[in-house]
Amino acid sequence: MALIKTTGLVKRFGKLEVLKGIDESIDEGEVVAVVGPSGGGKSTFLRCLNLLERPTAGSIAFDGATVFPGAKPKEEDELRRRVGMVFQHFNLFPHRTVLDNLTLAPIRVRKLTEAEAKDEAMALLTRVGLSDKAAAFPAQLSGGQKQRIAIVRALAMRPDVLLFDEPTSALDPEMVGEVLAVMRDLAEGGMTMLVVTHEMGFARDAATRVLFMDDGRIAESASPAEFFRSPATPRAREFLSRVLGR
Amino acid sequence: MDFSFLAKYWKYYLVGAKNTVILAALAVAAGTLLGTALAVGRISRRRAPRLLASAYVEFIRGTPVLVQLFVVYYGLQRLGFRFPDWPFLGRLIGVNVPDFLAGALTLGINSAAYVCEIFRAGIQAVDRGQMEAARALGMGYGPALRRVVLPQAVRNILPALGNEFVTVIKESSIVSVIGIADLMYKTDAIRGMTFRPFEPLLVAAAVYFMMTYPLSKALARIETRLRSGAY
Ligand SMILES: Nc1ncnc2c1ncn2[C@@H]1O[C@H](COP(=O)(O)OP(=O)(O)O)[C@@H](O)[C@H]1O
Ligand SMILES: [Mg+2]
Repeated sequence: MALIKTTGLVKRFGKLEVLKGIDESIDEGEVVAVVGPSGGGKSTFLRCLNLLERPTAGSIAFDGATVFPGAKPKEEDELRRRVGMVFQHFNLFPHRTVLDNLTLAPIRVRKLTEAEAKDEAMALLTRVGLSDKAAAFPAQLSGGQKQRIAIVRALAMRPDVLLFDEPTSALDPEMVGEVLAVMRDLAEGGMTMLVVTHEMGFARDAATRVLFMDDGRIAESASPAEFFRSPATPRAREFLSRVLGR
Repeated sequence: MDFSFLAKYWKYYLVGAKNTVILAALAVAAGTLLGTALAVGRISRRRAPRLLASAYVEFIRGTPVLVQLFVVYYGLQRLGFRFPDWPFLGRLIGVNVPDFLAGALTLGINSAAYVCEIFRAGIQAVDRGQMEAARALGMGYGPALRRVVLPQAVRNILPALGNEFVTVIKESSIVSVIGIADLMYKTDAIRGMTFRPFEPLLVAAAVYFMMTYPLSKALARIETRLRSGAY
């Protein structure tokens, strides 16, 4: 059974139709790279999946239950707990230490005790090699460190799926690798992931599937091998030749 | 210029200044309470509270304090409302307590509109991504606002609230027209008794400045400290 299933998903901002009826299923364990030209609706698609953006029409089912339309606020909160998100600009809480960033929501939402939340947080920090930064504030970290913290902050909620919206686009080139390494690690561990990215290397060898989004539609859905060898649409060919520079 | 009247009347200024500070403090307290309630409405996700709060803010900011004062002072009396006559406040200020409270309430009603805007601006200055990140972790709107957004808004809000106190100290001079024994009222009394229309005003200006200037300076200090914190 699909973990996430959208049916006829439409999103308009005023007159602008950004998603034009998306029917898509994401299975458990899939690592889906979402690629396509800027403005095509990739971010909006992701943000609809955890209801940060309210769809205009269509429906979304998560783990067999309809979460849009009709979910109550509490159910929406629970959906967001189960669907983690990593943002382009990290969005760490600047007024809290790294440790507090990781324990705030587990204490408030998962109702862990402070001690439990701290133990889990330290284990997560160790996993990404940042346990020595527990007491630091976000402003004292490099971009790559911030994004790794943001990833484990999302993991601390024990999500069923992680959404990444261009997680390396705001990073200096030399820091892209350390973040992608954490993501590859997660993918190999069986995490279900949707990753909007311009890192074609990652899409090619870490993803199990590639979605090509263009002009509010999913124009192609294919295995990475197939997509990169012989994209089916002219738009995808054009996009690939531009980003791969050939 | 002749300031010899000071020898006899300096105490008037002292009492007036004290009452002005009490008046402004009461007004800012009332304004902060009411302004906080308004701000909650102003940033509500529902339409009705938003409209109500912004109507209040626009109306208050678009009408003179003097008119507001008369509306509160005479209007409430006509409606049969009496301000309480608290004896402890009477001993502290040595004048008619109900009138004093009417003045404080007016200034509070007026200040609330500005406090509301200070809160709204302070909250909206916090990056939208902060609320989104908190919500994306499964936190509800209320907890996300309280735990993530408001603590960051405070550093924008506190200095502006302090400045509002300074503003209210100055604007409080207006309420002397209904006979509250504040600094301005006392100044007028001295002018009458000494038949010197001008010099007492200069002294009043100096006293107002001696209250507002150190306050502004202290606030600027606090603001710098807030901005250079660990984050
Ligand atoms: N909150 C919004 N209000 C209005 N227009 C928006 C909003 N968010 C996105 N858009 C518009 O929707 C379109 C798709 O945006 P987006 O989903 O960010 O695309 P992508 O992530 O693929 O670059 C763009 O034209 C963008 O300007
Ligand atoms: Mg985008």
